[in-house]
Amino acid sequence: MSGTYFALMAVLVVAAFILGAQRARGVRGDRAGMLHSLPAYHGLYIAAAVLTAMMAIFVVGAPLASHYVVSQGLGAFDPSEVAEQLHRDAALRDIQNLIAGIYQGEPSDKLKAAAAAYSSASSLVFWGLNILGVLAGAAVIFWGLGRITPELRARNQFERFVKYVLLACSGVAVLTTIGIVLSVVFEAMHFFSKVSPIDFLFGLQWSPQTAMRADQVGSSGAFGIVPLIAGTLLITVIAMLVAGPLGLFSAIYMAEYATPRIRSVVKPILEILAGIPTVVLGFFAALTVAPLIRGWGQSLGLDVASESALAAGLVMGMMIIPFVSSLSDDVINAVPQSLRDGSYAMGATKSETIKKVVLPAALPGIVSAFMLAISRAVGETMIVVMAAGLAANLTFNPLAAVTTVTVQIKTLLVGDQEFDSAKTLSAFALGLVLFFFTLALNYIALKIVQKYREQYD
Amino acid sequence: MTDTAISAAPRRASDNSALVAKRYRSERRFKLYGIAAIAVTAVFLVLLFADILVKGLPAFFEHRMTLPVSVSQEAIDPQNSKDPKVIRTGDFDGPIREAFRAMFPDVTSRGDRKKLLGLLSSGAADDFRAMVVNNPSLIGTDAKVPVLLSDDADQYLKGRQTGVEKIQGQGTIAASADGEKFKLMTDKTPVLTAGDIVRLNGGAFRVVSADNGAYVAEQVLAPKSLDPANAGAWDIVRFTVTEHNRRIDDQEALWLEQLKEKGVAENGVAWRFFSSGDSREPELAGIRGALTGSILTLLVTLFLCLPIGVAAAIYLEEFAPKNRLTQLIEVNINNLAAVPSIVFGLLGLAMFLNFFGLPRSAPLVGGLVLALLVLPTIIIASRAALRAVPPSIKEAALGVGASHQQAIFHHVLPLAMPGIMTGTIIGMAHALGETAPLLMIGMVAFIVDVPGGFTDAATALPIQIYLWSDLPEIAFQSKTAGAIIVLLVFLFVMNAAAILLRKRFERRW
Repeated sequence: MSGTYFALMAVLVVAAFILGAQRARGVRGDRAGMLHSLPAYHGLYIAAAVLTAMMAIFVVGAPLASHYVVSQGLGAFDPSEVAEQLHRDAALRDIQNLIAGIYQGEPSDKLKAAAAAYSSASSLVFWGLNILGVLAGAAVIFWGLGRITPELRARNQFERFVKYVLLACSGVAVLTTIGIVLSVVFEAMHFFSKVSPIDFLFGLQWSPQTAMRADQVGSSGAFGIVPLIAGTLLITVIAMLVAGPLGLFSAIYMAEYATPRIRSVVKPILEILAGIPTVVLGFFAALTVAPLIRGWGQSLGLDVASESALAAGLVMGMMIIPFVSSLSDDVINAVPQSLRDGSYAMGATKSETIKKVVLPAALPGIVSAFMLAISRAVGETMIVVMAAGLAANLTFNPLAAVTTVTVQIKTLLVGDQEFDSAKTLSAFALGLVLFFFTLALNYIALKIVQKYREQYD
Repeated sequence: MTDTAISAAPRRASDNSALVAKRYRSERRFKLYGIAAIAVTAVFLVLLFADILVKGLPAFFEHRMTLPVSVSQEAIDPQNSKDPKVIRTGDFDGPIREAFRAMFPDVTSRGDRKKLLGLLSSGAADDFRAMVVNNPSLIGTDAKVPVLLSDDADQYLKGRQTGVEKIQGQGTIAASADGEKFKLMTDKTPVLTAGDIVRLNGGAFRVVSADNGAYVAEQVLAPKSLDPANAGAWDIVRFTVTEHNRRIDDQEALWLEQLKEKGVAENGVAWRFFSSGDSREPELAGIRGALTGSILTLLVTLFLCLPIGVAAAIYLEEFAPKNRLTQLIEVNINNLAAVPSIVFGLLGLAMFLNFFGLPRSAPLVGGLVLALLVLPTIIIASRAALRAVPPSIKEAALGVGASHQQAIFHHVLPLAMPGIMTGTIIGMAHALGETAPLLMIGMVAFIVDVPGGFTDAATALPIQIYLWSDLPEIAFQSKTAGAIIVLLVFLFVMNAAAILLRKRFERRW
């Protein structure tokens, strides 16, 4: 349905442009400069008007149309039969399958009637919407052609239109944020109506299994987020223990010691590392690093889980090295040369200058780089999904298996789900925690830089 | 007061030089830390690539046998209709099995024959079918048919199940039946240990224990006779991995060794890896479905986020008034860039699937989610590119009477285009490797068919990697690494294109 409509719209928009430009040339005749705008702008002006009108009709009409078709199709059933969403969906699927000729079994008379009503309604709507759109487009073209006079400020009008389009495009970012907040908050609200926020935030047990029957063992499910937070923190700490020193020292070396030639070799290494998809690193962590650590641990007589936090943390640390190092590199480079020169003039060596002058000056930036890196580690999914465990153990032993917030979100939402169970909804509550945690980290990072940034110039 | 000055002044030179030496040592140490940090990172990267290459390269090869198969009229097209539909329903399994069994005439027991056929891939008949359907003139002739081996057999022949050592037999060996077991006697004393396999007269015996001079052995393959064999006519086969630690047992391994010695099994490029969709059988699984899914998804992403991203960048850079709304948008874009990707998946699940009712697992939805995900990257890159165009260009255009928009769209934007394209390619590369949000919107499923449109159920390449990495078969592990190699090659090509673009069109003003 929409394909035809958009094709018609494209035809009309092009026609509007050609007709408008032609009409403007006709009005102009051979007296150049008589029109306010170039003829092409008159064409664009009418084309934009047609586009706006037809898009508006579609945006309003299409949902109404599909609503009408569905209600006609379901009208053949008893209202009580299709009161629930689930039954409604099933009935609709049956109708659509029957029309497409892939219905399994012998359809009932009621279903046949419903299908007939459905298909007649959809063809009515199809023709209705298309004809309405074409009529509206034609009317707008007619109206627009009448407006083309030497006085019409077609370019200004069209440019105003363009400006609104541009504004709308930059609004997409805001809409995305609103969409994220709405979808996460809305579902999390549902969840908190079933599980109290206190239990969620301070519970020490995480086992989101809700049983089918009330008398089963563990039927209530436990939604305490503390073990997940602990696991996330454990892996993040391991990752930062790797990425912090390695990233910072490589940044210092790159910024202070490396010759341009070394920089041109080392920078790509870090960029390649930054560009490796996390699913690849997850594979490496799960199938190479984890067995290796397990083997070493066993040879030392340690009990290492096959999905140890250490393996996930180490590889995640490798993932964020480029992140830490490129941000720190920028910050260190931003420290003015005069500070270094001053220090050298006092007889300090290069490393003394770095330790006593450059790093203190760059500290706010480095701290904010670390916070951004932590937020990246907390939100990382694939490495932990593949290399960390599923069991929510409340432990700080890096050789044990722990689970993280992102792993649980993924586990709860992949596969079959019933949408109203606390189990599924808890994923959105976890998403909410994750979203606000990373947002807070980023905000603090920004504030640190703003507050402690020295103005050297 | 003067005391301190006096005591400080004649500090001996040796003290000073010790201090200086210490400071220089600390200087060198500090520098070394930096080099070590970079070296560790580089070593990690090298290890990562080496590991993936070693694991993944075998995925691009497969073992096939070329068998003479009689394409009988009765089995395939009894009415001689030449109709592809009829040919398709013919029996292709039988002739292949027949031909394979003919290679091992000694295998007669039911159980053994079944085990023998287990070495063939279940897809071998499908290949044969496709071959005959494409070329019906083969019917009624004897055709040379490439027959695919099963994943375990393939892994064995690639040497990934066990190492094999073959030792020529010295001296004469004789075998004699001893109840259930057999006794092996040699005139020279070869160093046979338990687990070694002695092949003679077309049969094979596994040594169970040594029994002063003689060896107790059990039969693995039935020999033609129990005649003594002279030096050169028998050999010892030693597997480095014991039987219960591999998926191919000794009997199957010996059959495969026979195939190898006859030169029937050959290692060829597995084009099927690129031309078929997912499968439960590792040797038949390919990445075409996932690759197509990724391409469809990226097309949606590109068509959405390039225009929107560039438009947003132009607005924010050139037209936006300095007010709260603009500030809000800018803060928003920076925040979005830091939101974990899995949260975008939640958005896709709650908004696009549950609220708008778009189809699950569809590249359309995947593309939408990824477009929102990479939009901040593209906006930020495009703004940087627009800002890099010197204001004099715009001012010159304005000076000769162009409107503000004409100056931007006719003059500034074309000059900023290389930078915008570079940013877009990098954003697309990011989107190609992104996995978590696609998991959320159900693109994680076992899908055999190659998707044909934007609303078909599909997976993407990274998701395929994730799915395969979870499977227990070793052959899938190698497929996973193979798919990773393909993914990395794509990313490499995209990034190289971005760098080339930057080098080629970068202008210093």
